[in-house]
Amino acid sequence: MSDNKEIKIANAFDNGKAFIGFLTAGDPTIEKTVEYVLAMEEAGCDLVEIGIPFSDPVAEGPVIQEANIRALKNNTNTDDVFEAIRQIREKSNVPLVFLTYINPVFYYGYEKFFKKCKELNVCGIISPDLPYDEKDEILDVASRNDVDVISLIAPTSKERIQMIASEATGFIYVVSSLGVTGMRSEIRTDLESILSDIKEVTDVPAAVGFGINTPEQAKNIAKVADGVIVGSAIVNIIGEHGENAREPLVNYVRSMKDAILSSIL
Amino acid sequence: MSRGRFGVHGGQYMSETLMNELLNLEEQYNHFKEDPEFIEELNTLLKEYAGRPSLLYYAKRMTEDLGGAKIYLKREDLNHTGAHKINNVLGQCLLAKKMGKTRVIAETGAGQHGVATATAAALLGMECEVFMGEEDTKRQALNVFRMELLGAKVHTVTTGSKVLKDAVNDAFREWISRVDDTHYVIGSTMGPHPFPTIVRDFQAVISEEMKEQILELEGRLPDMVIACVGGGSNAMGSFYNFLDDDEVKLVGVEAAGKGIDTEYHAATIAKGELGIFHGMKSYFCQGNYGQIAPVYSISAGLDYPGIGPEHAYLHDIGRAEYVSATDDEAVEAFEYLSRMEGIIPAIESSHAIAHAMRVAPEMNKDDIIIITVSGRGDKDVAAIARYKGVELYE
Repeated sequence: MSDNKEIKIANAFDNGKAFIGFLTAGDPTIEKTVEYVLAMEEAGCDLVEIGIPFSDPVAEGPVIQEANIRALKNNTNTDDVFEAIRQIREKSNVPLVFLTYINPVFYYGYEKFFKKCKELNVCGIISPDLPYDEKDEILDVASRNDVDVISLIAPTSKERIQMIASEATGFIYVVSSLGVTGMRSEIRTDLESILSDIKEVTDVPAAVGFGINTPEQAKNIAKVADGVIVGSAIVNIIGEHGENAREPLVNYVRSMKDAILSSIL
Repeated sequence: MSRGRFGVHGGQYMSETLMNELLNLEEQYNHFKEDPEFIEELNTLLKEYAGRPSLLYYAKRMTEDLGGAKIYLKREDLNHTGAHKINNVLGQCLLAKKMGKTRVIAETGAGQHGVATATAAALLGMECEVFMGEEDTKRQALNVFRMELLGAKVHTVTTGSKVLKDAVNDAFREWISRVDDTHYVIGSTMGPHPFPTIVRDFQAVISEEMKEQILELEGRLPDMVIACVGGGSNAMGSFYNFLDDDEVKLVGVEAAGKGIDTEYHAATIAKGELGIFHGMKSYFCQGNYGQIAPVYSISAGLDYPGIGPEHAYLHDIGRAEYVSATDDEAVEAFEYLSRMEGIIPAIESSHAIAHAMRVAPEMNKDDIIIITVSGRGDKDVAAIARYKGVELYE
């Protein structure tokens, strides 16, 4: 690690609006995951979500499903993902969070998993199949190891929004649309009302994800949210360019980051 | 601990997008299950449309041939659409309609649950879409056409191992995308709460009738009830009203495929480990690092890597025993019951029959076994022919 500055999720939101990028670890290889995370940080990514590949990613659309399949074909496992993070940490203090279905974490052992997160400064975990109602599954062991359990809020959450938001830590992941992950041409949800419900009860930053892929969309979202999360569009670039995705990734992240910054001008 | 637990099992491990819908479903279900009008409507459908009560048939030739316990067959194969699945589907579709839903979706393995859902949707005037793994659409091509005939749209699922588990994944993905007007009719005692409870309640009619029928015929309860287990709905339905009758031994039979010591089986209790998947904590067949393992059985309906949370609990506390039967044993039982009693059972149910063939000869002549014949075997005839090397296509 380059210095001793404490790595935490809040750092990602220090400069106003955060750009949060996602990729699936092991797609196309663990070595490339290390390279791509560092490249995304250089290009302006404020926080990186690292997906632990899973056989049955029920909340994902086709693009990220394919990435999971590619990563598992390479036999990427949870220890390989931790190894990638160790290598990233040799060079970078970018805040990292895991995106993982809960079974791989349960199987690995909660104590062992979160202890490793702490050692490697992984600041949070997003688990699409661990709703508010089941978060006790990991809340205690995660917080003992300084890992935030990131809360998700969906367009259908309605009266649950404030219950979830009031207990949130790290950041809040606002799901922009119904359905699975994937690029969308249009986002119809009334995000402003969800975000204002959230802001009434917490100062924890709220970032919006699902379906965002163009700079124009990113700019519009950044006007109302504290951060913009992009997964499928990044994974799509990696899927298309494989081992040679560094340059297109950097260009894409720059264009998105610029659009987000322009929203506060 | 969260809602819907059976010991440590169960729970609601689902996307936030579906949580309000699951809470709403629970609330509506708790309301309608006590609503006299709903109960009356459902009972009428079960009686006049599905053909309930199903017969409890004394298998005299089988009993004499095996030379041990007296064997009764609970004939769920005689229900409309040929399996126990209709019990649950009529209940859930009627509930969905009362909730104001206009569209139902379902997963299917063998096709029985898909056909049953398509049937109930036609009856109740609802839209229906069914998700079925590509492998299963090949194994059960006739059922695909049958669902289409009933007005349902069938989606061929080409992700993952292209079987039941993958059909469930895609059905959940569809439900996450369109939840307002749509109810997901889960076909087994699995998934997030309240599904394991709802499906069990709608299937409990099996053991309710069994109990009445055996008391009338024999004046006492059976010594053993045997049912096959995939997700576990016909078994939960067969066990439920006997749970407090400790003298009744409850046995679930899982699919051992080519053998539980090979990679090709679906024996979750025998080989699975505790995990969290498809909305529930239960036992699952898993590979290293908690990846869900591909499973195998000749029977598309038992080809599922998990087991319902209530079964996992009954296993933990020792109230039910879980054993397994191989493809070979199931095929032998399939042929045996066909020849011996003139009843062609579903290949799923044949797993239960196979276990009865093992244990009945060891029991006393005044012991009583009830086997649940969960479905009829017409759908399997071509596949069994191919298994035996006869080139026969539907």
